[in-house]
Amino acid sequence: MFTDELGKGGTNAGGPGNSAGPHGGAAQNLVQLITPEGERISHPEYDIWVQDVTDEQLCSLYEDMVAIRRIDTEATALQRQGELALWPPLLGQEASQIGSGRALREDDFVFSSYRENGVAYCRGVDLTDIVRVWRGNASSGWDPYTINMATPQIIIGAQTLHATGYAMGIQNDGADSVAVTYFGDGATSEGDVNEAMVFAASFQAPVVFFCQNNQWAISEPVRLQSHIQIADRAMGFGIPSMRVDGNDVLAVLAATRVALDRARHGGGPTFIEAVTYRMGPHTTADDPTRYRDANELEDWAAKDPIARVKALLDRKGLLSEDFEAHVQAKADAVAREMRAGCINMPEPEPLDIFKHVYSTPNSWLDRQQDHYSRYLASFGDPAEATSEEGAR
Amino acid sequence: MTQMTFARAINSGLRKSLENDPKVILMGEDIGALGGVFRVTDGLQKDFGEHRVVDTPLAEAAIMGTAVGLAYRGYRPVVEIQFDGFIYPAFDQIVCQVAKLHYRTQGAVKMPITIRVPFGGGIGSPEHHSESPEAYFTHTSGLRVISVSNPQDAHTMIQQAIASDDPVLYFEPKRRYHDKGEVDESLDLSTALSMEKARVVTEGTDVTLVAYGPLVKTARDAAMAAADEGISVEVIDLRSLAPVDFTTVEASVRKTGRLVITHEAGQSGGLGAEVAASITERCFYHLETAPVRVTGFDIPYPYSKLEMHHLPGLDRILDGVDRALGRPNSLSGLEG
Repeated sequence: MFTDELGKGGTNAGGPGNSAGPHGGAAQNLVQLITPEGERISHPEYDIWVQDVTDEQLCSLYEDMVAIRRIDTEATALQRQGELALWPPLLGQEASQIGSGRALREDDFVFSSYRENGVAYCRGVDLTDIVRVWRGNASSGWDPYTINMATPQIIIGAQTLHATGYAMGIQNDGADSVAVTYFGDGATSEGDVNEAMVFAASFQAPVVFFCQNNQWAISEPVRLQSHIQIADRAMGFGIPSMRVDGNDVLAVLAATRVALDRARHGGGPTFIEAVTYRMGPHTTADDPTRYRDANELEDWAAKDPIARVKALLDRKGLLSEDFEAHVQAKADAVAREMRAGCINMPEPEPLDIFKHVYSTPNSWLDRQQDHYSRYLASFGDPAEATSEEGAR
Repeated sequence: MTQMTFARAINSGLRKSLENDPKVILMGEDIGALGGVFRVTDGLQKDFGEHRVVDTPLAEAAIMGTAVGLAYRGYRPVVEIQFDGFIYPAFDQIVCQVAKLHYRTQGAVKMPITIRVPFGGGIGSPEHHSESPEAYFTHTSGLRVISVSNPQDAHTMIQQAIASDDPVLYFEPKRRYHDKGEVDESLDLSTALSMEKARVVTEGTDVTLVAYGPLVKTARDAAMAAADEGISVEVIDLRSLAPVDFTTVEASVRKTGRLVITHEAGQSGGLGAEVAASITERCFYHLETAPVRVTGFDIPYPYSKLEMHHLPGLDRILDGVDRALGRPNSLSGLEG
């Protein structure tokens, strides 16, 4: 598994993020290190940030991307089979999520939207926890402090403020960890995201704004959200930004390392726009054929983030049959584990709905719980009922 | 015991919380060098530094949303909303995030955030500066809502709110900021009356009069005036608006058989409706007559020359008492 060590030493201070200056960097071209054909191309400023990535680690990034695509496919299938109420696919966004997720240190803290299952995977989430919410068995899949990732946010953009506040806390504590927040292109229209950037810049909070511009906010194209490149917006807040090929896992890794390094060394917030594409629907409830052109999908399919790394591995002679079998086995294993966890998840108890509304007792709620438990008890024990009448 | 103003009593309570817990952090607009527009945080930034008493940019959603992040990190933020009408931009963060994160995370994440809101009218302000938005928050589960009516409660209850692991909206009656009262600053929080308990302010036998925040003083004055006419009014200060301590109200109504509720907020869907319904459920056979509400009207808060018509004053409350007692009143002849 790829675990990032680079950020710890901060040996790369002086890279593109730092030279960009507080107001610079926004107008940079799309950062790319791997072409859609799988050719590794050099970049004068960003190469240094991934020069330590070994062949083995490159293979590991590929394996992660295949695994989360498989998780995504399996969850979509579970939804179609009636096991999940809904699922938000990340198909096409694997490089953005693995490239950034693998750049993080364990003590960094993530505040994401509902689509960042690939990032959760990088944080070491229990696979069953990924589908717990979507099955309707809980309001959150995991305890945020076990994987240093907040429970995913449904309200668009609200989490960017939480990350900024958390980063202010890191600052107060004198720590060198970083808060990272994920959101989409649509979220950049929300007030919360803009206010988060005001606060982050004003307090120079160690927070990374990671925008996955997947081109669509449900049925609304990105051009409806912004007349300029999204990365350019950050400049107005005094936040340096980068625009990176979000389907290029190495470029994303490099950009995220730049931003993390800046935050760890007191350089304040950074905005990353990862230009990618959501190849599936927004959620399993919508139908993209109603709002987007098939040719567009075809164009982006040619830039598939997994095919791209695979082609690179092939060029480097790393794509052996054994390795492919290993990757496939891993993907099968995670899918199997998630499916089993989903199907065998215990049903919640009716009175669980009253738990954790407050930390301490609340007389209104206690009374309602008492009354409802008496109501439930009035049915008797269904197991003991011998007739239809008795069950009632 | 020390004589001090309401505002000073809150200031003193905030100071003690800042001293006792390094995780307490104050945030808001103008709360630093200026000491807040009402001077409630006067001198605190000077003594505790700008990292403990934080002047924020003018963005209420951000003040609230960053407080959520700080709470995630283990801090206990105390947020000042400058005026009642400015809380609406922060509404989403309060009701969708602050209120629900403990529930959403099955108790893993605590939100010990205190939201201070100077509220209510009577100071001749322009619009958005005199509102009573408490019912929006009493309707939201996960939040605790309290309102203080005197300097001693203001001093102790701000500390109780900050110490609470649940989020608390702390409504300060801004027209009482300059009222003075005795405050025992050495009062032990563990032995002080819990912020969730109502208090009988004035004992009486004929009618129960329920109030909170700025109207507790008016209700007490009304009780004194009623006493001159031979009517014995029991005044109850709710203190906690969510949850309401119905046990205390119920005991009083069982004694008096009559209930009047007063608040500045508009009537429909207001807290008075909740008190009337809940007390009717709990002690219907002890009530001699239907509960009576004396409240603000269902209008936008009016321009200041007319605000005293909107705000329940002593005479309107007494008129309500007369209705509860079946004495001649402004609505006589409309019954039935």
